[in-house]
Amino acid sequence: MQLLFESLFNGVAIGSVLLVAALGLAIVFGLMGVINLAHGELIMLGAYTTYVVQLIFKLPVFQPIYDTYVLVAIPLAFITSGVVGILLERTVIRRLYGNPLETLLATWGVSLILQQFVRSVPLAQAAGAVLALVLGFSLPLLLPKALLQGSRARWMRAGSWGVSALVGVVFANGLASQVSRIARATSRNVDVTAPKWMRGGLEFADLTFPVPRLVIIMITVVAVVGVTWFLNRSVWGMRIRAVTQNREMSDCLGIPTDTVDVLTFGIGSGLAGVAGVAVSLLGSVGPNVGTSYIVGCFMVVVLGGVGNLLGTVLASFAIGLLTDLIGAGRLLSIWPGMPAPLEGVVKFFATTSMAQVMVFALIVVFLQFRPAGLFPQKGRMVEA
Amino acid sequence: MSQPLSKRILISLAAASLGLTVTACGGGDQASNVEYDDTVKVGILHSLTGTMAISETTLAETEKMAIAEINAAGGVEVDGKKYKIEYIVEDGASDWPTFAEKSKKLIDQDQVPVVFGGWTSASRKAMLPVYESKDAFLYYPIQYEGQECSNNIFYTGATPNQQSEPATKFMYEKSPAAGKPFFLVGSDYVFPRTSNTITKEQLKSLGGEVVGEDYLPLGNTEVAPIIAKIKKALPDGGVIINTLNGDQNVAFFKQIQDAGITPDNGYYVMSYSIAESEIKDIGTEFLEGHYGAWNYMMSIDTPASKTFAENYKKFTKDPGAVVADPQESAYNMVYLWKAAVEKAGTFDDDKVREALIGIEFDAPQGPVKVMPNHHLSQTVLIGEIGTDGQFKILESTDGPVAPQAWNQFEPSSKGFACDWTDASKGEKYKL
Repeated sequence: MQLLFESLFNGVAIGSVLLVAALGLAIVFGLMGVINLAHGELIMLGAYTTYVVQLIFKLPVFQPIYDTYVLVAIPLAFITSGVVGILLERTVIRRLYGNPLETLLATWGVSLILQQFVRSVPLAQAAGAVLALVLGFSLPLLLPKALLQGSRARWMRAGSWGVSALVGVVFANGLASQVSRIARATSRNVDVTAPKWMRGGLEFADLTFPVPRLVIIMITVVAVVGVTWFLNRSVWGMRIRAVTQNREMSDCLGIPTDTVDVLTFGIGSGLAGVAGVAVSLLGSVGPNVGTSYIVGCFMVVVLGGVGNLLGTVLASFAIGLLTDLIGAGRLLSIWPGMPAPLEGVVKFFATTSMAQVMVFALIVVFLQFRPAGLFPQKGRMVEA
Repeated sequence: MSQPLSKRILISLAAASLGLTVTACGGGDQASNVEYDDTVKVGILHSLTGTMAISETTLAETEKMAIAEINAAGGVEVDGKKYKIEYIVEDGASDWPTFAEKSKKLIDQDQVPVVFGGWTSASRKAMLPVYESKDAFLYYPIQYEGQECSNNIFYTGATPNQQSEPATKFMYEKSPAAGKPFFLVGSDYVFPRTSNTITKEQLKSLGGEVVGEDYLPLGNTEVAPIIAKIKKALPDGGVIINTLNGDQNVAFFKQIQDAGITPDNGYYVMSYSIAESEIKDIGTEFLEGHYGAWNYMMSIDTPASKTFAENYKKFTKDPGAVVADPQESAYNMVYLWKAAVEKAGTFDDDKVREALIGIEFDAPQGPVKVMPNHHLSQTVLIGEIGTDGQFKILESTDGPVAPQAWNQFEPSSKGFACDWTDASKGEKYKL
């Protein structure tokens, strides 16, 4: 019984990291058909946001509420990655709809640019740039509609971007002067230290549940429930699904498909940012942190069935449980008296490296029988 | 390098103008009132970009510092002439073939008599054929798995018998978990696997027990299955030997602490890749009470060690900078090369190589000596990581330990040694 619970918890813990990382991709790749190789770097930006928020909360002003910084980091990471995602969609991906190969190459290029960006730009300046972007995108929406009509519109837009840039620069310099650790660019990996209440483990009937893992599971649950609600119940969610199913028809019925694209991509990217918060609690934060998750993300989405959230959820937990079952050698304890040759095989695969090989192999075999994944669904695949 | 000396000097003179700009950023301010008769150019080859840049740039800095110090003290004296050392820095870019390519460039195009470079075993293995085919000379500063002894490489880092063997013995006999079983964790590549093979053999002979081992694929930070295995294999605590690489350490130490694998609960981790700079990066709160083994620790309380640390802080203009074993090793090798050149009376490779053996140097760690197998005899220290991010030195060997290029616990190399002073022995001969 204890074994069952421990294995189940470990599987769910591994699976929820995969799930939270893949959720954004499930939307971007699944609903929009965009192969976004920069998804890992959007996760990385979320992780760096957590780091910056942590440092800001160490300032004397915020010291009393330091313990809550992770909770503040979640929405901020969502916004950071979301706004970078929107910029990416507006500047690059929008021009490449219908060209999967070009999208793939372009987003790969973007991922390299983003990796180098965090190496060579001080984080304070990067935070300023993100703030400027957020303001630049949102100010025109906040201004009264009347001001944005006719010949004034262009000036108003330019003006609001100017103001945003100025605010960004001021913010960046203020941040750099207050928090010296992000005033200089560094290629060193940085570290997010969880607040006291999030460290250690909860003891429960001989089992220890590490608190950061529990927090990640919570984040994942909230994210999945939120996304499900948004897609199925909200007006914009329904519009997104409508565009996924039939773009031309939706367009004819008056759905602003262009806005829907931006929104979908923004939300998918924002979810990658939330994943970044989760990831930062487990390991260190560096320019390459995204690359170690991107393969897993695509694997989950493909296994789950492109365009299906339930499939993504099940696929990540299946991979998590399998990894734990094989990698931690649990089969040996479940079936102690197994025949010697079988035991040899199980032992051989009971290392982390070999378990990964085994999981990949099983996925390949599974996809031979179900090429479209667990839940094949008709979606608006790239209109090639 | 069979180039006549005069020609090489001509070439270095021809490129002296370029060298001047390099020295300008290399701390030339210290060498203002020394008159030189000539210059000699050496190569520095480390990753200045990419994933290894974090670690390797500190080595490049230390080597530049050693060169600046030597220049300030009058440079290298050969045949009554004073040579100023200049350096050409090349970037290995964390990419192993690039290391080989840049080595070729340094040897063929720049005609440097010596290259100081490398960090990972993979980069060394990529460079080795280049130096052997061109009969050039590489100085390699990192503690490594051994099982190699090239005539064209000089290894100033520890061999396993100068790091992991004393560490294993300490953990098994004297640590708070003495006599308890061992669990081995490492990254999945050559150094951890070789090192752990040696540890297993050694423990067998000590009477200890290895109850499990696992390797994390490079780049993977999901350590949950490994933690589950450790808890199952060591229910009452024990020793964990850790050969994980770089950032994987962060994930490992963060997560084992949350899972209750801590010194308080009887689990002690002995790491072979965590020095002062890594402690700073990972965070002391995760490492306190665990162990490390090195030939140099910043906390060594001698004037030489303190001067070394102070000079490095001054040289890098960073009051928070730390020095660690790999840096000390990089620092030593520049001085050892200088001493060998002065002893040989020429920059010619073959002569310098001969002269090198037997040279002694008062390193920041204490006395070191070049042995016939192109490795250094050096002191081994075992330390416990304290709240200040420094090692509290618990044990030190009585004087320097002789290096074994071929390990005596690993069955495939047992009974073999290396000796370049005797033509009939060479790379690998039976004892």
